[in-house]
Amino acid sequence: MGTFVPNTKAQQQEMLKEIGFEKLDDLFAHIPDAVKFKDELDLPSGMSEMEAGKEIRKIAAKNRIYDTVFRGAGAYRHYIPAIVGSVLSNETLQTAYTPYQAEISQGVLQSIFEYQTMICDLTGMDVSNASVYDGGTAAGEAVAMCRGRKSNRALVSACIQPSVMKVIETYCFGNEMELVVIPEKDGKTDVEALKELMTEDTSCVLIQHPNYYGSLEDAEEIGEIAHSVKNCRFIMSVNPITLGTMRTPREYGADFAVGEGQPLGLPLAFGGPFLGFMASVDSMKRNLPGRIVGQTVDHNGKTGYVLTLQAREQHIRREKASSNICSNQALCALAVGVYLSAMGSEGLKNVASQCYSKAHYMAQKLAEAGFEIENEEFFHEFVTSSDKKASDVLKALDDEGILGGLPLDDNRILWCCTEMNTKIDIDKAVAIVKEVK
Amino acid sequence: MLIFEKSRPGRGCSAIPACDVEQYTLPDDDMRQSDLHLPEMAEVDLSRHYTELAKKAHGVNDGFYPLGSCTMKYNPKINEQMAGLDGFTQIHPLQPVDTVQGCLQILKETEDALSAITGMSNFTLQPAAGAHGEFTGLLLIKAYHLSNGDTQRRKIIVPDSAHGTNPASAVMAGMEVINVDSDDKGLVDVEKLRQVCEGNDEIAGLMLTNPNTAGLFDPNIKEITDIIHECGGQCYYDGANLNAVMGWARPGDMGFDCVHLNLHKTFSTPHGGGGPGSGPVGCKEHLAKFMPGVYAVEKDGVYDFAKAPESLGEMKNFYGNFLVAVKALTYIRMLGKEGIPEASKNAVLNANYMMKKLSAAYDIAFKPEVCMHEFVMDLARQAKETGVTAMDIAKGLLDNNIHPPTMYFPLTVHEALMAEPCETESKETLDAAIDVFLSLNDIAYSNPEKLHQAPVKTPVTRLDEVGAARHPVLKYEFE
Repeated sequence: MGTFVPNTKAQQQEMLKEIGFEKLDDLFAHIPDAVKFKDELDLPSGMSEMEAGKEIRKIAAKNRIYDTVFRGAGAYRHYIPAIVGSVLSNETLQTAYTPYQAEISQGVLQSIFEYQTMICDLTGMDVSNASVYDGGTAAGEAVAMCRGRKSNRALVSACIQPSVMKVIETYCFGNEMELVVIPEKDGKTDVEALKELMTEDTSCVLIQHPNYYGSLEDAEEIGEIAHSVKNCRFIMSVNPITLGTMRTPREYGADFAVGEGQPLGLPLAFGGPFLGFMASVDSMKRNLPGRIVGQTVDHNGKTGYVLTLQAREQHIRREKASSNICSNQALCALAVGVYLSAMGSEGLKNVASQCYSKAHYMAQKLAEAGFEIENEEFFHEFVTSSDKKASDVLKALDDEGILGGLPLDDNRILWCCTEMNTKIDIDKAVAIVKEVK
Repeated sequence: MLIFEKSRPGRGCSAIPACDVEQYTLPDDDMRQSDLHLPEMAEVDLSRHYTELAKKAHGVNDGFYPLGSCTMKYNPKINEQMAGLDGFTQIHPLQPVDTVQGCLQILKETEDALSAITGMSNFTLQPAAGAHGEFTGLLLIKAYHLSNGDTQRRKIIVPDSAHGTNPASAVMAGMEVINVDSDDKGLVDVEKLRQVCEGNDEIAGLMLTNPNTAGLFDPNIKEITDIIHECGGQCYYDGANLNAVMGWARPGDMGFDCVHLNLHKTFSTPHGGGGPGSGPVGCKEHLAKFMPGVYAVEKDGVYDFAKAPESLGEMKNFYGNFLVAVKALTYIRMLGKEGIPEASKNAVLNANYMMKKLSAAYDIAFKPEVCMHEFVMDLARQAKETGVTAMDIAKGLLDNNIHPPTMYFPLTVHEALMAEPCETESKETLDAAIDVFLSLNDIAYSNPEKLHQAPVKTPVTRLDEVGAARHPVLKYEFE
């Protein structure tokens, strides 16, 4: 049996004696017999670190690691500089709790303040929170916080990542907001349909840009339509990598920028932990859920950082809080801070432009190989359709250690390129799929 | 100094090679108009920046961390090593199922282990944190009532000693909170509960922590859950305090219908300065058909995904904070069926030892003969006699390299310090901490001003929180 209890049996006895008990079991004597668990737990016996490590490694080895990945759809393989893992493995930063005691948590608080600054810089927004669980919950929380006394209706584009839509549905199942899906037209949000759907009680319009299919939405126009109704907010869900080169949500007219932060320095990790970022214009800051760090001074006038605007939060407001969120994804936010600092402005621009340049190169090569590209303008994801069966195409790639795009149906595939995909990899993949009958 | 102030144009790290395909041009109209101001740093300066930040933080490795209800136990290093394996970190969540058999095995074994420990039939690992788990559990209860046509069941009972997340989660689930006061022993007032519930067909259920936030196991627990069930409600167990009772009492046997656990508390995964956590939710069979997300099933050694037939939907993308589950399972495998009850036993021993020793100077709220994993000191007497508050003692602890107990919680005790020492602390550590607590009490009576001024040895002294909220500065302003 493994244990992390330092007290020896003799010490345990000594301590028991000092508090007037004979056996450890006596400390549980007050638990009523009717609810006391008397069996043995249905678990394997404990083991040493060496044995447990061996078992878990064996389990990990059953997973397949692909050399080359052309799949995104909500989780993206980017290069993660070594410094990110190195900082994250710092025991103090890793094992600290939420920074309630500001005087001994300045390091954690400052890192969050820096993260907030970077998210605001990327998105063009005024205020960022310290993170939520992921891109899906960020969208769900954003929709929930737009709800007004007379506006209980959220309009959400059909072209967002399907799992994010499901999360928004769940949040609306909870708070009983009306959720209306703006239909898709030719792989993009149907702007004309949106105009028809706008009503006086619409609280928000949410789109993903670039959308699930990789296409650029008519974001500015959608924002103007959203703002045609008083107190209706425009929420944009964005892939933060795009912000290295693309217009910010603020520049498109958004009130909120949310999204999945995973591309900024977090591994694929079978889907988590990731992090959701949430930023808003200044006027909405008191509606933001979760932790926010602010700058202040100590008794001696020295600059320091604290959790602030806490009147929004559950531990103060209980049932009147803007959200129930407590733990967030702080260590992931730290990873984002380190990643963005290692890349710098030029590095992020480089990653962004490599993403869309490589995606366009691959799309062109696939088009030459007989695939139809469904998108007009896209960033680093695009959809192909073809007479070739998607399953055959993906199988042929799989045989060569390549994870192809995500099959959308029998003949359509959603592809993704990042800076990790070399020209040689792309050429090889295209050559393989060209041969598929 | 902020990282932005250390940035120098022209510096950078050599992370990415040059582009090997022709540069594409996106439409001008969609290009960024404003400048980016990300830091431009050489790797050496970056490394030193974060090392410096780490020196101004306090983790479990830095010293004793008896933060009540947060279970700051030691985080074994093997957990991190396992979660860092390429076989887990490099796996795309949407890979074909035959290529993620190991991930599914992790999910399945973790789900099964948590079911065994709590007496539940099913678990989902999708919720990302405790509060997210509460939201999930309440939606399960909501789905259950709706499927029975009980649309009027919208009231959820939450004791006044509950974590603040409980009422906040209830509101997110569209429920109305009924607060029920505790009795003078800090326990659920069974008679009051009965009055609220009897014949009340609007009751959706009850949210309860047991042991509660005062560290007390409610001996009437079965009666309490029976009262809720008799009026048609469901019982939700907030698992924040499970570390007290593993292998000794299971929420399922206490009459709870669903439960959330905090892997980042009870199952030794680190808190990361506020996350990522993981808040798996377990339920009994009658709620299983509503479970969110997907779960893992196994047949003849082959794993697959399965979905509950009337699933309430998705709580987040994909399968939860997966790497946190890897850490928790590693821990469970090491401790095993013997080590898990052993951990709870020692958590309770350490708490009682500390409570007994500290009761020489501090009043213990509700004066229990025996506590579970944590206990609450009530400093009302010190505050009245010396002006030294729970806050002042907490700040005094900072100067002694001890993370203070949870302050001003539960709300039922006004000058509360709630201490949870955990099983991973030695008698020597506890004795040293006890000496510090006792000496701070002496100082409260001899030199209270010293404690009002504390801390003095930390990187900053007490910060102006009021000013921070009144004139919020929430990001660095670039010139």
